[in-house]
Amino acid sequence: MDHFARLGLPAALDLEPASLDRAYFALQRQWHPDRFVGRPPEERAKASTEAAALNDAYRTLKDPLSRAVYFAGLKGVELPGDGKTIDDPDLLMEAMEAREALHEAKTAEAVDTLAAESRQGMQAALSGLGSLFLRDDKPAIRKALLRLRYLDKFAEEARARRTNLERVKA
Amino acid sequence: MSLLEIHEPGETPLPHAGEGSLAVGIDLGTTNSVVAIAREGVPAALHDETGKALVPSVVAYPQAGGVLVGDAARQLMADESRNVVASIKRLMGRGAADLHAVAGVLPYEIEPGTGQTDMVKLRIGGKARSPVEISAEILKALRKRAEAALDKPVERAVITVPAYFDDAARTATRDAARVAGLEVLRLVNEPTAAALAYGLDKGSEGLYAVYDLGGGTFDFSLLRLEKGVFQVLATGGDTALGGDDFDRAIAERMLAERKQDGLADQVDEAAVKTALALGRHMKEQLSDRDQTSGRLEIAGVPSFHALLRTEFEAMIAAYIARTLDIARHVLADAGMTAPDMQGVVLVGGSTRLPLVREKVAEMIGKPPLTDIDPDEVVALGAALQAEALTGGGDTLLLDVTPLSLGLETMGGIVEKVVPRNTPIPVQLAQEFTTYQDGQTAMAIHVVQGERLARFELLGIPPMTAGAARIRVSFAVDADGLLTVSADERTTGVAQRIEVKPSYGLSHEDMADMLYDSLENAEADMTQRLLTEARVEARRSLLALDAALAKDGGLLAAEERAALDAGRTRLEAAMAGDSRDEINAAAEALETLSKPFAERRMDRGIREALSGLSLGELESRVGE
Repeated sequence: MDHFARLGLPAALDLEPASLDRAYFALQRQWHPDRFVGRPPEERAKASTEAAALNDAYRTLKDPLSRAVYFAGLKGVELPGDGKTIDDPDLLMEAMEAREALHEAKTAEAVDTLAAESRQGMQAALSGLGSLFLRDDKPAIRKALLRLRYLDKFAEEARARRTNLERVKA
Repeated sequence: MSLLEIHEPGETPLPHAGEGSLAVGIDLGTTNSVVAIAREGVPAALHDETGKALVPSVVAYPQAGGVLVGDAARQLMADESRNVVASIKRLMGRGAADLHAVAGVLPYEIEPGTGQTDMVKLRIGGKARSPVEISAEILKALRKRAEAALDKPVERAVITVPAYFDDAARTATRDAARVAGLEVLRLVNEPTAAALAYGLDKGSEGLYAVYDLGGGTFDFSLLRLEKGVFQVLATGGDTALGGDDFDRAIAERMLAERKQDGLADQVDEAAVKTALALGRHMKEQLSDRDQTSGRLEIAGVPSFHALLRTEFEAMIAAYIARTLDIARHVLADAGMTAPDMQGVVLVGGSTRLPLVREKVAEMIGKPPLTDIDPDEVVALGAALQAEALTGGGDTLLLDVTPLSLGLETMGGIVEKVVPRNTPIPVQLAQEFTTYQDGQTAMAIHVVQGERLARFELLGIPPMTAGAARIRVSFAVDADGLLTVSADERTTGVAQRIEVKPSYGLSHEDMADMLYDSLENAEADMTQRLLTEARVEARRSLLALDAALAKDGGLLAAEERAALDAGRTRLEAAMAGDSRDEINAAAEALETLSKPFAERRMDRGIREALSGLSLGELESRVGE
């Protein structure tokens, strides 16, 4: 069962956060192990497995990027595992320049500016995904998702860098 | 499907709580414990004959025989200090290797377990006793109090634990309950229990933060409350930071003042305990006064000590700053900022300190909620959950795992399998294979926080290297307990292994620290930070070694020499005691190795792109 089906939702790139929460809470009310205290062990084990599967589905679909990657997988677009070499020279160039800029940013404000830029980039790339899926342009979807994944990682690095800068200041 | 009957909320067909044994909520605290019961959604703490709800978490094994718990045990502190133990929670699930976290705080004779994997034991009342059995005495006393107050047998309980407790500490807590004859319905995280008590009482909705600073532990959690759902979004903490540290700061100051006055004290276990007790008393007084004073008597020699609130606040400022640091991280983890919070709940006796209230209000930008007694709120929430679990209830608690789970693969690289703040229960599997022909066993290292647990997989059917498909499954249940199981998928040999934590990090000098408790005490915090810096540095050295082993050929001889020199400098710094030097050397090495890292990345790309036809490139899309 795919994650959308598990939560009783139509498989789609866009998902209303409130409807995802509603579906998840309703099913957890049914399957959460707290509802099976005092029941026979096999029922408890079954509930645990169901609740864990619901958590997995919820977590995957909650974040727009991981939802897009998962949805792409359902459509037959596979991405290399995390940490694998980037095979897109344009993206590599972008990544190297951004890292350089981040390394040279000496103030929290400078880091914030870079982080804001990458967030905007993410927003733009995410909203552009819909039309790529409509055209079923698999190479373009793959390229866009790899870039999104990189931007996401960059945002995380910017956050770490910011924390470091603040710690040095404090 | 007749195996599973699904019932509407509120109609769970369990024997009603009114018949037979009752289920209570227990807050097993570092300094104080509380037992409470809820009836029809109204929780109440259970009091003793004098009307007190708090049971000091102190256990005594008096010379005269028997066991005392609570106030009676505390009264023996002065006369029979060697037979009295307090703050045992700090040692739950702790092994010899992580004693540094409590060195100086607990003035006890500690016997490290016989092996690295064993929990430590204390020599109390002339006998080695484990934290589990000592905690069980507290639970037994709470159970007795509940049975006396309710006039019914009490055999089931919801017990709270710090959200940041790891698997070993949770397991130890559950074991203690078993020893006390209590079935644990659920281990609930303390901040979550507190939110439950607030949420049900006040019908609050929205995003809330819980700042829980107890006697020995700190937790910070973010929750979303919505129509009976308590969804924990993120949590973080420190299981060795709390009010005990503040008492110790005052005690140290008084002992130092005596020394200045030329008193040659023999600072033994009894003296430390007396100074700590006075320190706690003075701290409590400073919650609603600007100054206080105390009389400390050691070996019949008295001394008088004055303390201003401003002085005390300066002494504990670093601890409070650390809690706020953790809180900021938790907010960032959840992608939230302080203004998103509807409110912040204060939990734990240490939040009575005005400085704590002020700083938390400043950070969140709202006055904290304090209308439920911060000492009782956790037990009240636990009682509500105990009622919900036995009588059926409509609330739903969705909690998360506080620590990331990772797998250590060859070369010391840790691969995250369950990131922190993943909703529990969680189950997942990963596949491994053998690397030698005929291999029948393999070891798997699971890392939780800074702890390492080692699992041996035995009985793998002999095959050629790489042919076996070993699926290792990890499960964290609703109690936050970890189970690891494995099976070989081609033959289906399955074996289930309970987690036996072992401690792989080398804290060589930690055991020594225990015995000179007070001298080293003020260095405790510094020591902890130093240890963290060393561990971090060791990790980056391991990563560098792995990279050099693989791609060392990318470096010219002089570059390699420069890297080796940087490496040597870092190792020298790690051997020293300066955290700043270690961090500086680590940073320098990182800068030195940056061109190397970039070259490795370039080479990776060239390898990926070179010598491949377009068709092969396309097929890589599918990898």
